[in-house]
Amino acid sequence: MNKPAEIKKYSPKDFETDQEVRWCPGCGDYAILKGVQMALSNTGSTPENTVFVSGIGCSSRFPYYLSTYGFHTIHGRAPGFATGIKLTNPELEVWLITGDGDGLSIGGNHMLHVLRRNVDIQIMLFNNEIYGLTKGQYSPTSKPGLKTPSSPLGSIDSPLSPCAFALGAGARFVARGIDTSLKELPQTLARAKEHKGASFVEIFQNCIVYNDNVFGEFTEKKTAKDTQIYARHGEKLLFGKDIPKGIRFNAEKFALEVVTIGEDGITEDDILVHDETNRHMAVMLCEMEAPDFPVVCGVIYCNPLESYDQAVHYQINQAKQAKKADFKALLHSGRTWVVT
Amino acid sequence: MSDLSPQQVKERAIQERESIVVRFAGDSGDGMQLTGAQFSIVTALEGSDLSTFPDFPAEIRAPVGTTFGVSAFQINFGSVEISTAGDEPDVLVIMNPAALKVNLANLRKGGMIILDDGSFSDKNLKKAGYATNPLDDGSLSHYDVKRIDITRMTVETVKEFGLGNKDSLRCKNMWTLGLVLWMFGRKRQPIIDGLEQKFINKPAIAQANIAALNAGHAFGETAEMSSNLQRYHITKYEEEPGTYRTVNGNQSLSWGILAGTQLAGLQLFLGSYPITPASPLLHTLSGLKEFGVITFQAEDEIAAICSAIGASFAGGLGMTTSSGPGIALKTEAIGLAISTELPLIVVDIQRAGPSTGLPTKTEQSDLYQAVWGRNGDAPIVVLSVSNSTDGFDVGIEAVRLATKYMTPVMILSDGYIANASEPWKIPDITDYEPFPVKFHEEPEGFHPFLRNPETLARVWAKPGTEGLMHRIGGIEKDYDSGHISYDAVNHQKMTDVRRMKIENIANDIPLQDISQGAAGGRIAIVGWGSTYGAIHQAVKRARKEGSDVSHIHLRHIWPLPKNLGELLKSYDKVIVAEMNVGQLNTLLRSQYLLDTILMSKVTGQPFKISEITDEISKILGDDK
Repeated sequence: MNKPAEIKKYSPKDFETDQEVRWCPGCGDYAILKGVQMALSNTGSTPENTVFVSGIGCSSRFPYYLSTYGFHTIHGRAPGFATGIKLTNPELEVWLITGDGDGLSIGGNHMLHVLRRNVDIQIMLFNNEIYGLTKGQYSPTSKPGLKTPSSPLGSIDSPLSPCAFALGAGARFVARGIDTSLKELPQTLARAKEHKGASFVEIFQNCIVYNDNVFGEFTEKKTAKDTQIYARHGEKLLFGKDIPKGIRFNAEKFALEVVTIGEDGITEDDILVHDETNRHMAVMLCEMEAPDFPVVCGVIYCNPLESYDQAVHYQINQAKQAKKADFKALLHSGRTWVVT
Repeated sequence: MSDLSPQQVKERAIQERESIVVRFAGDSGDGMQLTGAQFSIVTALEGSDLSTFPDFPAEIRAPVGTTFGVSAFQINFGSVEISTAGDEPDVLVIMNPAALKVNLANLRKGGMIILDDGSFSDKNLKKAGYATNPLDDGSLSHYDVKRIDITRMTVETVKEFGLGNKDSLRCKNMWTLGLVLWMFGRKRQPIIDGLEQKFINKPAIAQANIAALNAGHAFGETAEMSSNLQRYHITKYEEEPGTYRTVNGNQSLSWGILAGTQLAGLQLFLGSYPITPASPLLHTLSGLKEFGVITFQAEDEIAAICSAIGASFAGGLGMTTSSGPGIALKTEAIGLAISTELPLIVVDIQRAGPSTGLPTKTEQSDLYQAVWGRNGDAPIVVLSVSNSTDGFDVGIEAVRLATKYMTPVMILSDGYIANASEPWKIPDITDYEPFPVKFHEEPEGFHPFLRNPETLARVWAKPGTEGLMHRIGGIEKDYDSGHISYDAVNHQKMTDVRRMKIENIANDIPLQDISQGAAGGRIAIVGWGSTYGAIHQAVKRARKEGSDVSHIHLRHIWPLPKNLGELLKSYDKVIVAEMNVGQLNTLLRSQYLLDTILMSKVTGQPFKISEITDEISKILGDDK
């Protein structure tokens, strides 16, 4: 592999391609693209050692707009390709771009397995709660009652929560971001990259054409301080612009609840401290939904374990040390006889 | 059993035979596959040519004693060239009534049946569906039946080792094997060595099995039996000098593909999902990690092939293995590998279909799927494996073509040769010409669909290379830049170049040879894949009798060898013999506008030699 003599620092612009971006004007994908380019630059990624793999859907066009290596594959199957790439060359930095339809409907099975195996890749799932590229049918994350061309009387499917799914599948890193939150998103992506193993990042992405403003009640910048919590390991889960609020664990109900500091004798001491290694807390946090709760963003769960690619190559190296690769001996193994 | 005079005993001394077919049949739990495999090894060690046919049910442990739980192993061996497992057994070894019921119809009239008398209880007869006992009702009067209470004698023999009833009965197969080894004058020692090795941690079991083996052998030797049991002698087969082993089709193919990647200088990556009868390829390659082989047991057939394509994108050689239903699931991904022009090996160990079909029975009915089974105009290379040893060379050829032409290659084998063993003169890997892959490294003027003007293959640039970053996918590419293109003229051009690239491979493969016979004449029988042995023997017999018949056997199914059309047209009649209802037949007719005659069989069993000789006689007779 060719390595530059001195480490070159790449700017976000260095990760752009000359290809005309073809998302709808105003699509949340534009902001995410910017956020990713910032994250790659900030974390010292190099275009030649980075691969973006995607499935099919609006989000899956992503690799064409990054100056790294890229593979736009088939619907739902990006995890298989990404696994093959990472196992064949573990030196590569592999990112997987998918959507709620690609990653959780047609590709739900593969998502489950890439997470439980803990292959060292970064998975960005753009959740817009709709099928965009096929013109607006309901998706596995759409809210019940959503009227679409394939659900004219309202969707009757129960939606799933991507982060709860990831935790259920055994993911060791689960995080969330918002397309337009360009301050926090690159930091979250940097943490995802740093994590050795499968990192799952759900990004709330606005589809301006088929499901506009579906996340509006918690993504509006004006009210964000009252509708979002940015989770930081070791810090209290506090939020609220004018009135200081927080998340408390109610042991009697075995549930989280929103409390206001100063009311009913509540102090900051009552507020839950975020522990990103606590899976139970992560499950509860990611199931908090607007408007009753603030929506949690940032790193919800991070608890590393040996990655799959490391384990695969550990076994191969052990085998190589234990036994010389001798093709002739292989063919002559077992019972042989000589004809003279 | 009648007592014979000493004179009669002398007359029944050892009979010389050119070749003989033995079939072992019993319950799934009776260890017939192991018995057959052990017998094959000693037979090979003693210098016979041989061919085997393991014939087992899909059920892992069907209810004991039932007909659908019968497992059989057939071996044909001799001092002459053997290329099939034999049409009809000469000797049938039967461990229970169900095995007799299932296997009797195939036995040669007058053939010998050695059966375990002790297993013919009322209960077992009922389970097998016999209304009356075939041993008493005269239905076996055309055969030479040897009734031996193998169950009782085995249990008595192993009593001293203190095994439970179940483990004692499990030694029945070794007792039987001991007797059969005596009949054919085969040595016991290699089997004793094998048993000691296998049960190294269970010495009582090892000793009991060895005692049973010896007891069966001794039973044959005792005077009262030898007067009644025919012994056979088969002289050595004159083979080319060299070191030999036995090999089955799945082994030879696994090793061939690994050899191919060694000659290409590439890392082998297998993404696979378990399926009968292809799983042994996954098992074999999973055990070869010292060669750096990466095996990945994926969550399904689709993820398996996708991981393999990912591996090729990353600069390894991706490979996936399956059988018909699994290949169907992989179809969309094969299309992506065609569109992105990445090398890929797809192995299809065919079984009887459609759908789940008969998972453990053989068929050659995936040829359409291999050649034509995708959306869009999506040509790939298709190769076929003709016998248990052929997989080695086919595997190497597949890797050569996949990497030289940046294309998926599908290899068609089938359940028969996958499991059947034959002696194999072990090749020397250094005799093969290496074909090292050169990855593209020049950034100047680079785009991912730059083509070699001769082969039309695109460049292979692997991630990690500076200056060659590129994006590829399933959307149509611009011929001159590799970027996404929806241009009409460009799509025509790209479709044409993908087609021409594959067609052009016909210039880089051997001309079609004639397996037996000569160009021109009355009849050519054309076959592909595992029918090789049966067609070979049938044509040999017909030619011996003076018939003007030739045998042509295809390895390259797509593209076809460029002389094939002319060659076939040189015969008055072309018979296409295949285990489907006419897939190669359709291909040849469509390519050459040839009025071929189809000979088809889809019973889940390989062709018999006699079925082909009968067809030859019929056609020659019609001609008169």
